Amino acid sequence: MTEKEVSITINGETKTAEVEPRMLLVHFIREIAGLTGTHVGCDTTNCGACTVIMDGRAVKSCTILAVQADGKKITTIEGLSKTPGKLHPVQKAFVDKHGLQCGYCTSGMVLTSFWLLNKKKKVSEEEIREAISGNLCRCTGYESIVDSIEEAQRNLEKEGEYTEEEIPVRRGR
Amino acid sequence: MMPPAFEYYAPTGVDEVIDLLEKYGDDAKILAGGQSLIPLLKSRITAIPYLISLSGIKDLSYITESSNATRIGAMTVDSDLEYSDTIRKRYPILMDALGKLADPLVRNMGTVGGNISHGDPSNDLPAVMLALKATFVARGRGGNRNIKARDFFLDTFTTALEHDEVLTEISIPVWKEHSGGSYVKFEKGTWNFSVAGSAVQLRLENGAVVEAGIAITSMGPKAMYIPEAEDYLLGKKFHKSVISEAADIVVEKSQPSPDTYGSVEYKKNILKRITMEALENAFRRSGGVK
Ligand SMILES: Cc1cc2nc3c(=O)[nH]c(=O)nc-3n(C[C@H](O)[C@H](O)[C@H](O)COP(=O)(O)OP(=O)(O)OC[C@H]3O[C@@H](n4cnc5c(N)ncnc54)[C@H](O)[C@@H]3O)c2cc1C
Ligand code: FES
Ligand code: FES
Repeated sequence: MTEKEVSITINGETKTAEVEPRMLLVHFIREIAGLTGTHVGCDTTNCGACTVIMDGRAVKSCTILAVQADGKKITTIEGLSKTPGKLHPVQKAFVDKHGLQCGYCTSGMVLTSFWLLNKKKKVSEEEIREAISGNLCRCTGYESIVDSIEEAQRNLEKEGEYTEEEIPVRRGR
Repeated sequence: MMPPAFEYYAPTGVDEVIDLLEKYGDDAKILAGGQSLIPLLKSRITAIPYLISLSGIKDLSYITESSNATRIGAMTVDSDLEYSDTIRKRYPILMDALGKLADPLVRNMGTVGGNISHGDPSNDLPAVMLALKATFVARGRGGNRNIKARDFFLDTFTTALEHDEVLTEISIPVWKEHSGGSYVKFEKGTWNFSVAGSAVQLRLENGAVVEAGIAITSMGPKAMYIPEAEDYLLGKKFHKSVISEAADIVVEKSQPSPDTYGSVEYKKNILKRITMEALENAFRRSGGVK
């Protein structure tokens, strides 16, 4: 099979590589860019452990070909905080409100939450639960995750960090 | 899980897509959002030697409104419809379906054209398009061809699209005043697909039905519309006995098969309940419930 040259900008850095067309985006991120914060859980589009932000939308990177992401901008968990050593307000909320136990689902949960909270100001508990319906957690029972996202909303309000110029999120309802 | 190896093309025009489909014949398939196709490839249920992506074509993603129709580009992703004021204002039935379709992350990748072209009897948008009496535009070697939604779904994973045709546009008529619709879906488990779904669109004059569209999901080999129930409703006003009888007709015409979701009897019970709910919502949204 003919390999394809693919350039993907991940957390502001452009990676170019020749890849087989069947390579999945999650493997490009983990194996070529070397960023292992993005996880593979189910590998069947159910669990959301592989969630990343692509051109402003939270998507499942195990169900996208790397060639489909050619020329696109990706944010992974490693790129969320702009200051080394400092957590992003959404990450901090997950720590403070015990939104994780084993941590396997966490990078995906945090990115989906980031997407939700930047897409729409003031979300209800119901909207939070609906937004994470494609992200499964086998540990927490979700209550502390919902608490974390509500806390994240308060953090973002306080710190006025809603408009992330560097990580634009497509706005919508 | 790696899909079996394939060659990948992402041409910038529909005509090049048609060229490639003709050149590689049955070995080639279109890739849209990939949210049905990539899982099928990864699990090796299917192998496709030549994948032709529509993602390089710039002008297939749009929602435009005119006084008599709403036109949606085939590559418009589900969530763009969800956030569209036009769709929210004109088609509550579609908003019902989108809110329950897969999950928000899948809706950020999956396209409207892919949901329809896949011909999956469990996909939600086909029944909604049947109820709304939409028309699809297919582009092939000879140019554009209009296909009514009602002539489009032929069998499981089989549609009226020719192998070398691309679905480019979905056109939904504007339903005039005193109309409204609803989609009610009964889902089970985390996989989101429905045990059954029921789509109802009505238009009333003086409280009585003058036009109806009724279609169902996951209750037969394909998305099915039910003309007998539509005809029954003509001239009728809202009443519990009317919606119960209409739902009975829908159940009678449905063709569910037993599977891990439940027996035929179980599915028919579900269908009766959700169809009554969709009918009542549709009457209410068209202003027909006092
Ligand atoms: C976990 C999960 C849950 C889901 N739950 C639901 C659900 O509840 N309801 C629901 O409706 N769907 C559901 N889906 C399916 C999802 O909506 C898919 O996005 C949709 O079925 C296909 O759209 P796509 O753009 O991803 O198409 P693809 O997967 O890229 O393509 C699907 C098929 O359509 C053909 N095709 C695509 N576009 C065109 C075109 N323009 N012209 C001609 N042929 C074309 C392709 O060749 C292929 O055969 C789910 C998917 C997943 C992974
Ligand atoms: S690993 Fe991608 S959805 Fe589970
Ligand atoms: S913290 Fe373990 S899966 Fe969510």
